[in-house]
Amino acid sequence: MSARLETARAVAVAALRRLAGMAATLLVTSFLVFSSLYLAPGDPVSFLIRGRSPDPQELVALRHRYGFDKPFPVRYWNWLDGVLHGDFGQSYLFHQSVAAVIWSRLPSTLLLVAVSTLMIAVVGVGAGVVGALRRGTRTDSAVLLMVTFGAAVPSFVAAIVLRSVLGVRLGWFPTIGNGTGTLDRLHHIVLPAIALSVTFMALVTRVTRSAMLDELRREHVEVALSRGLPRRTVVRRHVFRNALGPVVTVSGLLVSGMLVSTAIVETAFGMSGIGSLLVQSVDELDFQVVQAIVLLVVAAFVVVNTLVDLLYPLIDPRVAAAGSAR
Amino acid sequence: MTTPPTASLAPRSGLPVLRTLRLLGGGWLVRVSAVILVLFVLVAALGPLLAPQDPTFGDLENTLVGPSAAHWLGTDQGGHDTFSALIEGTRTSLIGPLAVVLSSTVAGIAVGLFSAWCGGWVDAAVSRVLDILFAFPSLLLAILAVALFGKGITAPVLAMAIAYMPYTARLVRGLTVQEKTRPYIAAYQVQGHSPVFTAVRRLLPTIGPTVLAQSTVNFGYALLDLAALSFLGLGVQPPTPDWGAMINQAQAAILQGQPLSAIVPATAIVVVVVAFNIVGEHLGDRLAGRES
Repeated sequence: MSARLETARAVAVAALRRLAGMAATLLVTSFLVFSSLYLAPGDPVSFLIRGRSPDPQELVALRHRYGFDKPFPVRYWNWLDGVLHGDFGQSYLFHQSVAAVIWSRLPSTLLLVAVSTLMIAVVGVGAGVVGALRRGTRTDSAVLLMVTFGAAVPSFVAAIVLRSVLGVRLGWFPTIGNGTGTLDRLHHIVLPAIALSVTFMALVTRVTRSAMLDELRREHVEVALSRGLPRRTVVRRHVFRNALGPVVTVSGLLVSGMLVSTAIVETAFGMSGIGSLLVQSVDELDFQVVQAIVLLVVAAFVVVNTLVDLLYPLIDPRVAAAGSAR
Repeated sequence: MTTPPTASLAPRSGLPVLRTLRLLGGGWLVRVSAVILVLFVLVAALGPLLAPQDPTFGDLENTLVGPSAAHWLGTDQGGHDTFSALIEGTRTSLIGPLAVVLSSTVAGIAVGLFSAWCGGWVDAAVSRVLDILFAFPSLLLAILAVALFGKGITAPVLAMAIAYMPYTARLVRGLTVQEKTRPYIAAYQVQGHSPVFTAVRRLLPTIGPTVLAQSTVNFGYALLDLAALSFLGLGVQPPTPDWGAMINQAQAAILQGQPLSAIVPATAIVVVVVAFNIVGEHLGDRLAGRES
């Protein structure tokens, strides 16, 4: 009884330490993103307003927000305080707050990422499992070939091929825009989602395949099989469950990778979203929007990684027993 | 396809290239990949000498024409010869990733060696910093660099060198921690060799091949990132020929049902990256096999 209490305590302490680590990492990354502004050549204010005629009132607001007369740590603190309250500054391109601009484009990007995640989970994990179970067969070779080529087909290449073949040549899918209404939106999102998933599918397939192979080689699998348990049950309960660990570990990489790649896919398909907003903002010198998106993507990576670490003991109880505190 | 006959027929003599290929070993896929890489490097080196036409010259009377004797791979919507652009774009497309990989490898080796050699709190601190750098995807850092310093590839290349450095650093650190416990390192230290000498002249050569394998794979990824950046219109700017920029330029032509001027550079990108991945992974596998 007390041993269980002890374990629970160890897990709780580990989780708290992990959360503290996340907070520290977020603090450092936000500091880096904030100070990147000062790497830009020239005076920060003229950098922020370059390319447009500054309205005196805007200039005052900008000086106030960035507090250029104050010492650097104070400036960072002011900025961070704003960010924590959802204030990312003003977008000069849209004459709106950065938060409002991002917020209005977030749903379509999240839908795109969600559909892609579903595809990656089903196809990527599925192909990895099949490849591992039929190791050395033609099916496995096909899976490996798919992995090698998939990893090398960047989303912009996938986008142009899908667009010209399935969009323009065959006319099965629309080639531009987000669409309106649920069905039309989903119809518009099919090709972008495939383009976004290809590379990551290859990654997930490879990780799943090698994790499955590692698990299949383990002694306990052989024992379970020799005791007469059906292979299907052994694969599902003993192999697949353990193989999920490494797959889940790459999800932080997947989320941030996909968010960045939406820049390519949304631009290629002329869709509105966070990714195309990032590119447009760089193009139009709207730096505060760029800064906010960079911060969000990095934060997404850190948060997802922390979540994975926290949830890992649920997938793999051995980790909880070890009371890992990284 | 089968094994290239020249490689298997010529016994010990033959061209130096073939000998190197044999040293590389592996199946036909690895050899073909190596040959492809050598070809592209040659094209990058010779560049303008090989291009039949000036890729910056727009023949407005022959826009979006298909393959012909005059234009082997057709022209784009500006009337530029796609074949010539492909050839001259090879140099721009390969030199960026090369700079990224060289600088990130050198920096990664330095950081990794230093971290593992010092151990203790220095090692712990360096690991934390690397963890934080891992949070910045390379393409995102490259885009941020463009936002700060303007379009082009100099700033993104530097940013990506920083983004790729942690991968090499972590690998080198791991290998060094392992190697440090081996007796030969202790032997050098007992003989009074300086740590820097032991690390750089004795330890580095043993872990070098593994690092090279990682860098080869990194080259492919860096090429993809930089091509993506140019595709977004943030990297190499026209009229400088570049594969990613060519695809960007061909966007409108795709909608008109003339995707050739986009398919050509896209194929080049995929072929080169696949070749780099195959060679890199083969190097890695071979080294792993030798060590076990």
